[in-house]
Amino acid sequence: MIPLEWYLGLSAALFSIGIFGVFSRRNAIGILMGIELMLNAANINLVAFGRFLHPTMLTGHVFAVFVMTVAAAEAAVGLAIIIAAYRNVGHINVDKISVMRW
Amino acid sequence: MQITLQQFAFAAIALLVLGSAVMVVTLKNIFHSLLFLALSFLGVAGVYLLLSADFLAAVQVLIYIGAIVVLMMFALMLTHRVMTTNLSQTLGQWWVTSLPVALGILTILFRVFVLYPWGVKAPVGAAPTTGIIGRTLLTKYVLPFELASIVLLVAMVGAIVLAKEDKLDDSA
Repeated sequence: MIPLEWYLGLSAALFSIGIFGVFSRRNAIGILMGIELMLNAANINLVAFGRFLHPTMLTGHVFAVFVMTVAAAEAAVGLAIIIAAYRNVGHINVDKISVMRW
Repeated sequence: MQITLQQFAFAAIALLVLGSAVMVVTLKNIFHSLLFLALSFLGVAGVYLLLSADFLAAVQVLIYIGAIVVLMMFALMLTHRVMTTNLSQTLGQWWVTSLPVALGILTILFRVFVLYPWGVKAPVGAAPTTGIIGRTLLTKYVLPFELASIVLLVAMVGAIVLAKEDKLDDSA
């Protein structure tokens, strides 16, 4: 039997790695990757809590499905914004994209 | 303490998830880090299997690896010359800002997770979850379910509008 704390520790580590990715990447797609890692960590937490605290109701699963939906929408819109920015600026280095209009 | 097979599997999967996640955020070549992101998502699907969430494991593989990673790959191909790998991808002074933030959040989360008495209930055995999830989605959570479909529709339309080439300016 795997204790709940193991899952929580795994998701905390995954979340911190995602935070690190978001803060240290220059490439906008790299930042999106960090956000996806953080969403996955949150999903692990939801499912683990659902399994250990309310084993018969699958509310955690349902919530994780909603998080996945929002993650898919976020990835689609985020990548579209990145492509639009690339078309206008010529690169996707977030340090250099600093103008509000051009 | 006797280490069971389940715990060994968890340790192996956690090592896979965290190792490939570290590769995702540190590798110089962004295309390689995208491939490691797919590996990390696969490991998270394994974690779902250990939590006896069979439906979520399948959805994880389908949506994250099948859709999101492929979508990111398309965006990468469109915006980045994959062959030029020596472009600097990370912030120069990452250890000044990113590392303290990440380690601080890790410490806080660990303290909360370990110290708080969660009141774990006795676990039930593994059972198929798909039917219960579907029934819950269409009875108790039917309004959020419909809202989620609207969110997806709006996101799809928004993505098309944002990504399509602006032809109106040329003609006007």
